[in-house]
Parts: sequence; structure tokens; C-alpha cells
Amino acid sequence: MAQIELKEVTKHFGANVALNGLSLNVADGEFFVLLGPTGAGKTTTLRTIAGLEKPTSGDVLIAGEDVRDQTAAERDVALVFQYYSLYPRYTVRDNLAFPLRSSIRRMADDEIASRIAWASKLLRIEHLLDRKTDRLSGGEMQRVSIGRAIVREPRAFLMDEPLSNLDAKLREALRGELKNLQKRLKSTFLFVTHDQIEALSMGDRIGVMLNGTVMQVGTPNEIYSRPNSIFVAGFVGTPSMSFIPAEVMGGQLSVLGRKLNVNLAKGMTQVRAQIGLRAEDVVIGEKLHHSGVIHEVENFGVEKIVTLRWADHLIRAALPASVSTPVGDKVTFDFRPGKVHCFDATSGRRINAEG
Amino acid sequence: MAEIVLRDIEKYFGDVYVIRKLNLTIKHGEFVVLLGPSGCGKTTTLRAIAGLEDITAGDILIDGKPVQQLVPGDRDIAFVFQLFALYPHLTAHDNIAFPLRATRERPEEVTAKVAAVAKSLQIEHLMSKRPSSLSGGDMQRVAIGRALVRRPKAMLMDEPIGALDAKLREEMRVELKRLHVENHSTTIYVTHDQVEAMALADRVAIMNEGVLQQVGTPDEVYNNPANLFVAQFVGSPVMNIVPARLSSLRGKASLALGTAVSGFDVPTDFAQQIERAGGDPGAVLLGIRPEGVVLTDGKAKTGLSATVQLIEPLGSHDIVDLDFGGTVLRARTASGRLANIGDKVSATLDSAHIRLFDPQSSNSFQVEFGNGAD
Repeated sequence: MAQIELKEVTKHFGANVALNGLSLNVADGEFFVLLGPTGAGKTTTLRTIAGLEKPTSGDVLIAGEDVRDQTAAERDVALVFQYYSLYPRYTVRDNLAFPLRSSIRRMADDEIASRIAWASKLLRIEHLLDRKTDRLSGGEMQRVSIGRAIVREPRAFLMDEPLSNLDAKLREALRGELKNLQKRLKSTFLFVTHDQIEALSMGDRIGVMLNGTVMQVGTPNEIYSRPNSIFVAGFVGTPSMSFIPAEVMGGQLSVLGRKLNVNLAKGMTQVRAQIGLRAEDVVIGEKLHHSGVIHEVENFGVEKIVTLRWADHLIRAALPASVSTPVGDKVTFDFRPGKVHCFDATSGRRINAEG
Repeated sequence: MAEIVLRDIEKYFGDVYVIRKLNLTIKHGEFVVLLGPSGCGKTTTLRAIAGLEDITAGDILIDGKPVQQLVPGDRDIAFVFQLFALYPHLTAHDNIAFPLRATRERPEEVTAKVAAVAKSLQIEHLMSKRPSSLSGGDMQRVAIGRALVRRPKAMLMDEPIGALDAKLREEMRVELKRLHVENHSTTIYVTHDQVEAMALADRVAIMNEGVLQQVGTPDEVYNNPANLFVAQFVGSPVMNIVPARLSSLRGKASLALGTAVSGFDVPTDFAQQIERAGGDPGAVLLGIRPEGVVLTDGKAKTGLSATVQLIEPLGSHDIVDLDFGGTVLRARTASGRLANIGDKVSATLDSAHIRLFDPQSSNSFQVEFGNGAD
């Protein structure tokens, strides 16, 4: 059990800046997700905490203690990777016992046996204990990898895209399992992914990363409902948010020459803006404020995503699958009140007043 | 435009039977997606149509003519791969123009054709660039442009956007569909991604282990999966599949989960429909999508009590695991509707969403709500 803190951490690889003054605070017992595109610095952050990379500058603290001079083993955190690193010729039981037999631990045999029993029950791999690991499915292998991390009872778990090599169905099942596991262990999980669905569904809090810094930290609901920048707004949510150029003049927002009633932050009198709309906040109906043409329809079973052409812009709306929507039809639409996201077009920052 | 007919196609790689008696007709101008997990035979099928792979038995007909004896170049079909096969030393313009070299068309005609394709793909500003200075999405646009420029009878695409990142994939999906609507070329598209299949296809053909499982519109395969494989391959989150039992008492029918005693109210004719299909109503598999599991406000007498086990917020909605006395069903609920793990709630099943499967054959009983005398 441990709190993890990064203070102004910078990491250079030659001329490349991988981490750029990154500060982060993961609470004890929290499921924290680092979310971002490839190259954002997520994995470097994990490796720096684990002690596999040395920061160029800045501090890493685990349970309040500066770990600068500690080796990876001394930090007592467990890493789980995307590719399971198991010993192929050994049984699941041997693979689980291995980290406990290390000379630093000198654990008694009956203690090892009881930890293996506990971990294999928790992960539902008891029936696999005597099987060789090359005879396991991908999902089973990833469970054993996680088992190998938890038998040690480390202070924290660092997970680097552990689900991304699994097929969609298994990924979905393991998502729930991992979250349940964390709740039961009550230990600190730092989980890295580029998949925003994993982040939203699993995280107590999410840190969205780009270019070596954290853009926003918040609960899944905060990140989804009040993104602080165009980047976060566009990266989180499927289908992705639609953006339309707009402008603020005299404190009034207008889009395509039409005024929109939006509560803007103080001091926003004149600025080039972008509005962002989530598909579920665009309502298609009769005699509404705006009119457009149906450009494209994608049927996802439970709902349809309709792309509307509004003047020169495309905007997506979510509709029940049962509604008929022929391509080329003219429709009218409006936005749910309070659900129009506004950003400064130049800085990308959110300019809504938060109520 | 072309109609493509696959008749009793079989293919062996050595002893491995990769395509098993495949029959499929792709109509003029239709967009058909071959969907399945890796190793299901979808790419082999596509390559066989293109002429890149011989088939062991069966017939491939394009516009009614068998094409097995024709080399790929004579089949008048364009192929787009997952990995953009562009000539690195040629500009985007020359890459797109390349297939026209062999046709001996006049230069101004070639230029006009390339320009038209570039316009429809919105890559006119990239025409003088070489592939190395293009992004992944733009490279794939150029590759698609090269396939389109010949105006082939049919387009075959093998995971053409699989290598792109999520956001770009979403954009390219809309573009591909718009291109299809404009050009109306017969298209066969291979993917393992059910979201892509649902979004793009006029009809989806789902394959597993070399066997065609079901062919239907996105609506049909989503709402009426033919068997358990289709039910669980299409849709995210996955359809709930749990053992269940139909029983009736004093003229009321109920569907109990697992070994539970009390069940959900269901139409009385469900049991008869299953018996008519040769099944045992006392041992079925219930298939229900998360949107078919509906929370009741507790005051209504319908519904069973359940415990909230896990909440997955997905932004626009939540997916909640509800434990009905040992059997878990996932429900789709409004964002934030349920907030605490361990809470007791009451929920029911929307009869129109109930699908029942035969545990022996794994096929759907095709039980329909409102079918027959209730």
C-alpha cells in the first residue's frame, strides 16, 4: 500500500524530451489510469516509478519517501506488461512461486504455498496450477502474469497496457476482473492505456497525457463532461466530439452567424473559439433551431450515429437504431442545454463558465 | 459494378481445411463485410476472389462467368491491403496514375482521372508529395485512390484501416462509406472489428473456423444472431449469455436464471415456440443485450432484485454488472443512475430483447416476441 508522487519529473532521451516537468499524485489505494496517445510518455512514467529509468530531473516519491537511490527491487512495486513474460517450460505454480523464492525474501515453503493458493483463488486459475504456461490461452497467461505480481504483495502495481494483446471479448471480461481485484486488494494501481474506454470504465481517476505532461486529472465523469482542452475533449469519448469553429464577440458566442446561449467564463469578450458537441447531446427532431442534411449513417445496433452536414461542417448525433434516417434527408436539430463545450481556438483551453 | 457469386468454395492448406463449403452472393453495388476472428478464413476468401489464391473446390463467378482460370489482372478487381503498398519514389499523383500506365490512355485523360479521384478523397493538396512525407491516413487514402482510379468492377479491401489509430479510423470509416455511396462499386471488405463491420456494411457475413455463420444486415446480425458465436462476436459490450429455465404456473410464464426459483415474467408462448423448434424449455440459454436489462423503480411488482456488483462508466452511459442471486447480467444504464457497489435494485427483461438459444446446438431458437397466440 503506497501513495505515489512525481514532482516536476523530466526525462530526456538524447534530444528527445519524453517527460516534460510531469507532476502527478496517486493516492494510496487508488485505481489511477494514465491515458494518452502513443508517444505521450505514459510508459516512461511507469518505468521511472519502477526504477527502470532514471529521471533527468525531478523527484519520485513512494509512500512519501524519495526513491532516487533505490534499485527497482528495493522499491517493492510490481510491473505487469502488455506481453506476458512467463517461463514457458514451467508450470503455473512454478511461475507463481518464482518471485517468492528469491534470495532477498527467504520465504518458508508453507508460506509460499499459502500465497499461491490465495492468489490463484483470487484470479480463478486454481485449475491451471499444474499446467505448463505454453498450454494457456492469452487471457489465462495474462492472469498468471498478474498472479505473479500479486503473490509478492507489493506496495503498488504498475500496469502497462496489460489488456491490449487480448481479443475484444476477453479484454471486456478482464476489465471488470481487474477492477474487482483492485477493490479487494485495496492496493494502489497505476494503469497505462491508450484506450479511452478502458480508462473511463476502470479508473477512479484518470490523468490524460500528451507530449510528456499531464493535460488534465479528474474522475471519469469530470474528464468526459468537463474536458479542459480541445485535446482531452477529442481524445475521450466514442464517437469523438464534433468541433465547429465559432466566435465570441462582446461576450456573445455565435456559430455560423447564429447566436448560441452559452455561459462563458468571465473576461471572455472577444475570442476565436471552437465549440465541441458530443453525439448524445445533439437532438434531431421537428422544427428545431438548426437545419442540416444527413450525410452518413452508421448503425451500431443499440444506436445509430448520424453524421449531419451543417453548412460546411460535419456534426455527429446519436439516435435510437429504430429511427429511420435516409441519407440526403433534410432535418432540424438542436443541442442539449448546458452541453455545448467551448474552447479558445488558439490555446485550446476550455472557456465555459462552470456552474 | 459486378455481381460476385461464391459457390461451394473449399480451400485446404495442406491438411488444414480453411474454407468449408462457403456460399455467398454479393450483389451489384453492394458493400459486404466479411467479419470474423483471426484465422477464420476471411482473408483467404478475399484472396481467392482476387485470384491471389487457388481454391481447392467450388466456383467463383463474377457477373456470371467463372474466373478461376483468369489471372488477377484479368479479373478487373482492385485490392487494398492493410499495409499501404505505395511506390516510395513516386509522388502521390504518380502512385495513383500508375495503374493507368498499362491502359495507354492519353496523358490529359490520365491527369483528369487522377484529379477526379484525388478530389473525392480530398487529397488534392498532397499530389506532389512522396509517401514518406505523408501521414498513415493520407498514405491509405492514396492507396485507395490507386485502387479507385481504374474504376474496377469490384473493390476488395483487407483491413484497410486496421493499422491506423482510433480517431483516424473513425474518420476514414465515414469517408469509405461516402466513397461507396458515390461510386457504388461492389465492395468486399474484411475486418475482425465488429464496430467497423456494423458501421460500413450493407450486409455482414460472419465467419468462424472456415464456416459462414450468418449473413445479414447489421440490424439482423445484431438483433437476431443465428447462434451463440454471432451473438457474442457482434456488439460491445458482449451479449449476456446465461443458462435459464422457462416454466409456467397458473397461466403465467416465467424465465428463471440458473437454478433460481423465481423468474422474470415472459410471454406465455415462448415455451411453445421452443417445443415447436424441438427444444427443451426447461434448459435453454438466455441471450440478452445490456440494453434489454431494464431497471424498474422498485414500486412496480415486475422485476427481480439484484445487487450492483460493478459499475463501468463509459461517458455517454454506464455498463453495470447486476448480480441476480448468483447469475450476473450486464445492464446499460444512464450515466450516474447507479452510484454504489452493493446497492440493491430491481430490474426486469424487455421481452422484445429476449433471445433463446439451444445449449446443444448453440443455435438460436428464433423465438419471437409477439409471434403466435399469447
